[in-house]
Amino acid sequence: MDLILQQTVNALALGGTYALLALGLAVVFSIMGLINFAHGELMTIAGYVLMYCGLAGIPFAVSVPLAVLAPMLAAMAMERVAFRPVRNASGATMLVTSFAVAMILQVLFQNLISARSQPVILPDALSQSVTIGGLIIGVNKLFAILATIVMLIALELFMKKQKHGIAMRAAAEDFAIARLMGIRANTVISAAFALSGLLAGVAAVLWVSQRASVDPLMGFTPVLKAFIAAILGGLGSLRGAVAGGFVLGFIEVFLAAFLPSAWQEFREPIGLSLVVLILILRPNGLIPAATLQAQKV
Amino acid sequence: MSPLLKLEGFKLRYGAVEAVRGIDLEIGTGEIVALLGANGAGKSSTMNGIAGLAPVTEGKVYFDGNDITELPSEEIPISGLTLAPEGRRVFGTLTVDDNLRMGAYAVRDNTSIDASRQHVFDLFPILAERHNQYAGTLSGGQQQMLAIGRALMCNPRLLLLDEPSLGLAPRIVEQVFDLISTLRDQGVTIFLVEQNVAGALEIADRAYMMASGQIIREGSAAAMRASDDMSAAYLGEH
Ligand SMILES: Nc1ncnc2c1ncn2[C@@H]1O[C@H](COP(=O)(O)OP(=O)(O)OP(=O)(O)O)[C@@H](O)[C@H]1O
Ligand SMILES: [Mg+2]
Repeated sequence: MDLILQQTVNALALGGTYALLALGLAVVFSIMGLINFAHGELMTIAGYVLMYCGLAGIPFAVSVPLAVLAPMLAAMAMERVAFRPVRNASGATMLVTSFAVAMILQVLFQNLISARSQPVILPDALSQSVTIGGLIIGVNKLFAILATIVMLIALELFMKKQKHGIAMRAAAEDFAIARLMGIRANTVISAAFALSGLLAGVAAVLWVSQRASVDPLMGFTPVLKAFIAAILGGLGSLRGAVAGGFVLGFIEVFLAAFLPSAWQEFREPIGLSLVVLILILRPNGLIPAATLQAQKV
Repeated sequence: MSPLLKLEGFKLRYGAVEAVRGIDLEIGTGEIVALLGANGAGKSSTMNGIAGLAPVTEGKVYFDGNDITELPSEEIPISGLTLAPEGRRVFGTLTVDDNLRMGAYAVRDNTSIDASRQHVFDLFPILAERHNQYAGTLSGGQQQMLAIGRALMCNPRLLLLDEPSLGLAPRIVEQVFDLISTLRDQGVTIFLVEQNVAGALEIADRAYMMASGQIIREGSAAAMRASDDMSAAYLGEH
């Protein structure tokens, strides 16, 4: 029983990180039909900001906001430079563009920073643990779960109550009509990228706090997982992205914990098979987007 | 007095399809003008071209004396012109309130937004009752009311309505036509596309008749009502 609870905490921490990443992908996809594979590099940027801040002795309370701000700005720059020119192109063109952006950034990290993994100095508190009701929980896990909850609530309030959040949902549903209301295409797309950068930044802080290192390919695996989570939840659906992220987190953590050791090497394919099974039962994902076709500008 | 809206040599093409082949028209402040014609005549294309939903291929659109031909659709509501497009196109995943809020997106002044919202609720009490409901769950007629209400939220001086009565029960259609007259009395100029010719000509001052992307007739609504080539244009025999 304790083991299950313990693993549930782990699954919530990992799933929450996937959920934040999947949300970032979904926000952009819902508005412009782009699957941004360079989302992972936004994470990596945040990771390097944490690394340099650690080296410079900047306190964590300052380096975290910086690590979140940097990918926001990077995402907006990415949109302006790389994605705006292909905004009206096909989904395939945009996808290839995002691969190109990802690769260019990876090469830049490798050549300007280091091809190897770099340690990130983190506050000692993160590696300690607390005992809650008999459970020993790592502070970094607790931090991840709390940060995820705060982010999800903040995002929900923004999307439901804020004029600009509502405009984003309107644009995701019918971009042409949203523009007819005076919602500017450039503004709403730029805001979607900023939001995805923010989510990638928070996810990166959580990811790095579990691993204390950063390398040029750091973002690749989590964003691939987030992509799977987004599809699992229903591509373009924000609630789906959250649900998909948590489900994937639970699948991975529980397989790692309870699969017989002889089977452990097949953990990933077994996990993916479960995802495929869910998609066979629910082809449009757990919580499909209300408008399946993403309207383009 | 110069016209509120003026089209000059207005052409609109989708690839090889010439939807509008060079039309001229004028709408004066305070008028209700109907745009009539058979399916595929180019009425919606004209409306969409004016509002910036579709790019104008050639010619000019002047609103209140200003050339708005190249203005992107997102700039147009600020100038006081808006379109309630064909097929309602309310935001189904947003509540009634939020649809109205988006209609007023270009408006900065909050007291004016509250006033417009109250005005819409006075016109359509059912929307006030359903203000928290998702627009996608409204009936077709209610969605049409919302589409018109949303358009009114930016305090337009010129309101383009593309088939506001489409798919509505006769009783509701009558309400919509009454509403259009009311709006005009409140100072909104109306440019209206309608399939319901009789209803449209009853409230309109003037009308244009389109066929195959061209204007084939224009005149006072009274003269149009009396003429007998109306049905010909509707059957596409031009
Ligand atoms: N997006 C588009 N792409 C290509 N052709 C189009 C497009 N929209 C309209 N057309 C064509 O342009 C012509 C005019 O269409 P339009 O929608 O303006 O007609 P309409 O007068 O509004 O007809 P209806 O009464 O059926 O609404 C039609 O032949 C139509 O097929
Ligand atoms: Mg039409």
